[in-house]
Amino acid sequence: MDVRSQISILFHLDKCIGCHTCSIACKNLWTDRKGAEYMWWNNVETKPGTGFPHRWENQEDYKGGWVKEGNSIDLKGAGKFRGLKNIFHNPNLPIIDDYYEPWTYKYEDLFNAPEGNDQPVAQPISQITGKAIEIKSGPNWDDDLGGSPLYARKDPNLEKLNAQEQEDLFKVEKLVMMYLPRICNHCLNPSCVASCPSGAIYKRGEDGIVLINQEKCRGWRMCVTGCPYKKVFYNWSTGKSEKCLLCYPRIEAGEIPACMHSCVGRIRYLGVLLYDADKMKDVVHLDEDQLVEAQRDMILDPRDPKVIYEARKNGIHDSVIESAQKSPVFRFVKEWKMGLPLHPEYRTLPMLFYVPPLLPILGKMNLDVYDTSCADYFSTIDKARLPVKYLASLFTAGNEGMVREVLKKMMAVRIYRRSETVGDIQGAEMALKEAGLTRAVAEDIYTLTALATLEDRFVIPPSHREEALAMEGMELVKPGDLGFGFRDRPERM
Amino acid sequence: MFDLALFVIFPYVALVLEIAVSFYRYFSGSYKFSSLSSEFLEGRELFWGSQPWHYGILFVLVGHVVGFLFPKEVLLFNEVPVRRLILEVTALTFGLMALVGLLVLIRRRFTNDRVWAVTAKMDLFVLFLLLIQTFSGIYIAVKYRWGSSWYASALVPYLRSLFVLKPNLEYIAPMPWVVKLHIANAYCLIAVLPFTRLVHFLVLPVSYVWRSWQVVIWNWDRKKIRKV
Repeated sequence: MDVRSQISILFHLDKCIGCHTCSIACKNLWTDRKGAEYMWWNNVETKPGTGFPHRWENQEDYKGGWVKEGNSIDLKGAGKFRGLKNIFHNPNLPIIDDYYEPWTYKYEDLFNAPEGNDQPVAQPISQITGKAIEIKSGPNWDDDLGGSPLYARKDPNLEKLNAQEQEDLFKVEKLVMMYLPRICNHCLNPSCVASCPSGAIYKRGEDGIVLINQEKCRGWRMCVTGCPYKKVFYNWSTGKSEKCLLCYPRIEAGEIPACMHSCVGRIRYLGVLLYDADKMKDVVHLDEDQLVEAQRDMILDPRDPKVIYEARKNGIHDSVIESAQKSPVFRFVKEWKMGLPLHPEYRTLPMLFYVPPLLPILGKMNLDVYDTSCADYFSTIDKARLPVKYLASLFTAGNEGMVREVLKKMMAVRIYRRSETVGDIQGAEMALKEAGLTRAVAEDIYTLTALATLEDRFVIPPSHREEALAMEGMELVKPGDLGFGFRDRPERM
Repeated sequence: MFDLALFVIFPYVALVLEIAVSFYRYFSGSYKFSSLSSEFLEGRELFWGSQPWHYGILFVLVGHVVGFLFPKEVLLFNEVPVRRLILEVTALTFGLMALVGLLVLIRRRFTNDRVWAVTAKMDLFVLFLLLIQTFSGIYIAVKYRWGSSWYASALVPYLRSLFVLKPNLEYIAPMPWVVKLHIANAYCLIAVLPFTRLVHFLVLPVSYVWRSWQVVIWNWDRKKIRKV
């Protein structure tokens, strides 16, 4: 057993209202710079939709992630052979138009325009060239456009549905959408790290955060291709790749990452998971439908004395183990089996988990009343407007049973709470039994979902930076000594 | 006198500059030690420029190095006329490939607004030097035939004399001016290399081939801790 610790995240999609406050918090803090204007380390997508960059899930074009070939796995579009042979020109690299060309407006025209019959207009100008541009797309232009031919129809996940199911999604009375906030998954088997020819990208041993060393990055851009989630971005001005750093300077100071702290719907949870790295090699080679279950099996119970013993042996601090015992992510993912990874079929073992949304069910007109009542409690899951098959394509590599199981639990908790607080429905016990929950567990799920305080949702482990400083021989470094950022100006001669 | 400055002093200056500045820049924070890729801003035209340019120039460069290392073998190989012809035609083809690629790259840099936005003055200077180098090389290959042979017999001794620190100018003096231009310009390229984006040539990611897939950096010494 090789116990390692990983700061892990859970997004509860049933609570996401798609307000983009997370994206703005991140943008203001990290990517409000030249060359980074187009980057959204955190973005919120409307599903069904094409996402950011355009159709990022289509790995036939972008060739991200790992693929199983025979008995082993290899990078789909990067790596030691496929990557280096494309080093002079990478045909799988998304270009800026796959995201959008960043722009601003010539506001001074509003003041300098000569007097005339018309109102002066602030013309849009490109933030790359400085010249006037015709804006073709921008951040979140697919926002709330479920059912649109331009965005929703082109969702790569729809290919998993049959023609009838696809058509159903686009009937006016059946239109549906859900939100999918995304940041870097800080994977256990990151394909960006594996595809970097310079060895500039690395995973931090103590907390699993994946970072890019800007001094070592030579801008070969293989990570952009390698990451199937397209969460590594190329800065066209500095010639370096950048990505979500899970606000590590905040985490090291015991603060909550900006996107999570600002989350209006309180959908975000963060905590430590202990996992067994010895199992990793077997897990990434499994068949697609076993991946979610196997990844869950890698996560260890931080209360198990044997795990604690092995963790200590590996140098993991008692304070981190203690933090893992309180981790809300552990409860959702391992204890209650409600957290699912996004696109596990890419085999990167993403450590950002999602609780899928319970979507509105499809009603029928009954005597001029839109009737959404159902004969029994759980048939609503299969009558949901967004087919379970679609959610399975997002979260379980097509395993519908697994999604249904999570939705059943959420439904059972709802029924249970309704019978507790309003008392107008019967059969809560039956519902709980069918979902495999006890009253106590249902109460816990309800509490952590709906009533959790800031301290419950974010359990940040101490970073023990003093160890890193000691290792680098920098014991005398103290707060105020060194900032971080550019030591060298990014401009070239 | 002019020859002495250009073909004896300049090569040493260029080489010292190359090595010293490269080392200095690499070890004093290698943040800008890369080629600033513009594929993200424009990808299609780059394909038709970058691919032929790199493959073409790499083949030709390797050819020069092989000739420098094994001149006798090259001369021996060239004794059969058919072999000589095949070698020359292949080399010329790759040279032309490089030239076409370079012209596409130059056109792209001047006509694409986005690429122009990330173009530095030194980039243009490098392109200018490379154009002279490629063009003069092809001109020599066409005008002064069987270059692979006379390079091995007449120029390699000069280059070798530089390396053993006993510069010998008698091989250079009778050379036509284009050949002299080609050589002097090569020294220019070596001299400016560490100041420009050409440095990417020095940091080719070779170690990637034998590196393990994943890179994990620890706060603590894992082996030491596990032993305790």
